[in-house]
Amino acid sequence: METLLAVLVGIYMCAAVYLMLSKHTIRLILGVALLSNGVNLLIFTAGRLTPEVPAFVPFGATVPDGVVANALPQALILTAIVIGFSLFAFLLVLIYRAYQDLGTDNSSEMKLAEPQSTMPPNGY
Amino acid sequence: MDIKPIAGKEEMAVNLADALVIVPTPLADWLIVAPVIICLAAGGLLMMLQKNIRQHMPVALVALGLVIIADAALLWRVLESGPVVMTMGRWLPPFGITFAADILGVLFALTAAIVAFFGALFAKLDVDNTELRYGFYPFLMMMMAGISGAFLTGDIFNLYVWFEVLLISSFGLIVLGSRHEQLDGTLRYAFLNLVATTIFLVATGYLYGVFGTLNMADIARKAEGLRDSTPLMTLAALFFFAFAMKAAAFPLNFWLPASYHTPRSVVSALFAGLLTKVGIYALIRTGFTLFPDELHAYSGAFAIVAALTMLLGALGALAQNDIRKLMAFTVISGIGVMLMGLALGQPLALAGTIFYALHSMIAMTAIFILAGLMHRRMGTPNLSEAGGLYETSPFLSAIALVLILTVSGLPPFSGLWPKVMLVKAGLDVGAFWLVGVLLVSAFVTTLALGRVFTLAFWRPAPSKVALPPFENKHQSAAIIALLALTVPLVGFGLYPEPLVHVSLSAAEWLQNPQRYIDAVFPVVVTGVAP
Repeated sequence: METLLAVLVGIYMCAAVYLMLSKHTIRLILGVALLSNGVNLLIFTAGRLTPEVPAFVPFGATVPDGVVANALPQALILTAIVIGFSLFAFLLVLIYRAYQDLGTDNSSEMKLAEPQSTMPPNGY
Repeated sequence: MDIKPIAGKEEMAVNLADALVIVPTPLADWLIVAPVIICLAAGGLLMMLQKNIRQHMPVALVALGLVIIADAALLWRVLESGPVVMTMGRWLPPFGITFAADILGVLFALTAAIVAFFGALFAKLDVDNTELRYGFYPFLMMMMAGISGAFLTGDIFNLYVWFEVLLISSFGLIVLGSRHEQLDGTLRYAFLNLVATTIFLVATGYLYGVFGTLNMADIARKAEGLRDSTPLMTLAALFFFAFAMKAAAFPLNFWLPASYHTPRSVVSALFAGLLTKVGIYALIRTGFTLFPDELHAYSGAFAIVAALTMLLGALGALAQNDIRKLMAFTVISGIGVMLMGLALGQPLALAGTIFYALHSMIAMTAIFILAGLMHRRMGTPNLSEAGGLYETSPFLSAIALVLILTVSGLPPFSGLWPKVMLVKAGLDVGAFWLVGVLLVSAFVTTLALGRVFTLAFWRPAPSKVALPPFENKHQSAAIIALLALTVPLVGFGLYPEPLVHVSLSAAEWLQNPQRYIDAVFPVVVTGVAP
């Protein structure tokens, strides 16, 4: 199962990198979404897949009976999902605004921040 | 120790002292979370005051003043009695999230707070009312919460969370105003920084898979036993890659000169001063506390990266026409200088890196503020059209000369001493070529910045029409901010002893992580430890 998930994470990452190498901002952002999902799966897999019961403690006892699933990776992923989603939302608004204002979604046509630079004068 | 069984079957009763911090945290230790709490609270308050923009700056200044006091008190306490540790929820580490402050973290946090304070003062001149209404100060406070948290946390996942907090606030700051070139710059900044933090998260996921813990002190003490059986070299490489990208080291530096000249100058000043240093801090922390052997093994790679970063920064600065782009490249060459200390690795070099980072936080903020003022007075950011400032603003010219000499690392200003330490350390281990590169890059930086002074200040204004007299009622706040940042640069240049001393002890603590580990995991036997 771990192997399968590891391969799946690999596929996610490959697709994400492929998309992020594109010039079009819409593909960039899809790549970012895939990347953050791939990372979430990676954390999940790295935390060991234990097909066990949730970490509940029976009534009256102070420790759980037997083996329970590891709850920490889920907490980490939850945090990462929230963060990833908020960044995704920001980027979505940003690229839409850039598309509206600059009239293109092709990042090599958006050379406003780095125009053909002129050299500084060599003397007075 | 107070042992009381909690409700349950008698034979399964739990000794609370095994799982919880029983002794209440001393009031003074609350100082360690104070910087984060104050920033978050002030950020929230400012959100509520969103429409009353007149009250924004006073609230932010009071809050940042309190943060400075808290950081200074924390520094004093750490120097007096060793690392200060506090664990959230009273769960014993590694289960609770730990904040752990050693000299390095507190020094960085204190300097960052001082820089942010004067940045907030300069913003009075630089940020217009619309941008205030869109929340410049709330973003600033949230970014400071992220930065302070990153410097003080003792948990690697928590470090990631603080990175994201400061990242999303910095997105808000850099895009504030939404001018066209700003949107473009933000796109580049946002995507590349997001990729860097995601790689950091990947590395953290693997780290958890290997160690089963996220507490940095816990990882540090377990790493020794796992070194033969786990791919720590690969893990360390992932961390170093992610943080080098945050710090804008060559060849991962391209986002910085593409974006830092687009926002308001106060924003680029704060970014130049603070954000790349968070990357350097994270490199030092992971390198020396978590992976000391791996850092040593990679020292050759670090040396090459450091040399190329220094050269690229200096040569890039030489080729720029836009003042702020030029300054952005000097930020990069400064990063190269700091990486050189990591490559050399001995205490003197590390102390040089720490000293240089503190110096660079203040100097880079000051020089970007200077660039902002120059732009306002000349009406252009380009050197080709610049000139005449010496005539119209003699006082600003004096400060500019000081700052230019400081950033170039010339005496009697504070840029000199950390470079002296690094050169000494480099000569001690025989890394002559690296020392040579450092000196060459400092020389080229002097040329580039000297040209700024020649063209913008000495040269008469290019047009026959004299520059209009510069009038702005917030002018004095801006000059005070710039002057206040220049004073420590001159002060520590003339009398570097205290800072050299404290950097050396910070380096010594980092070289012996046992002190940090013992602070997080006290050797006191609690309850019935096996």
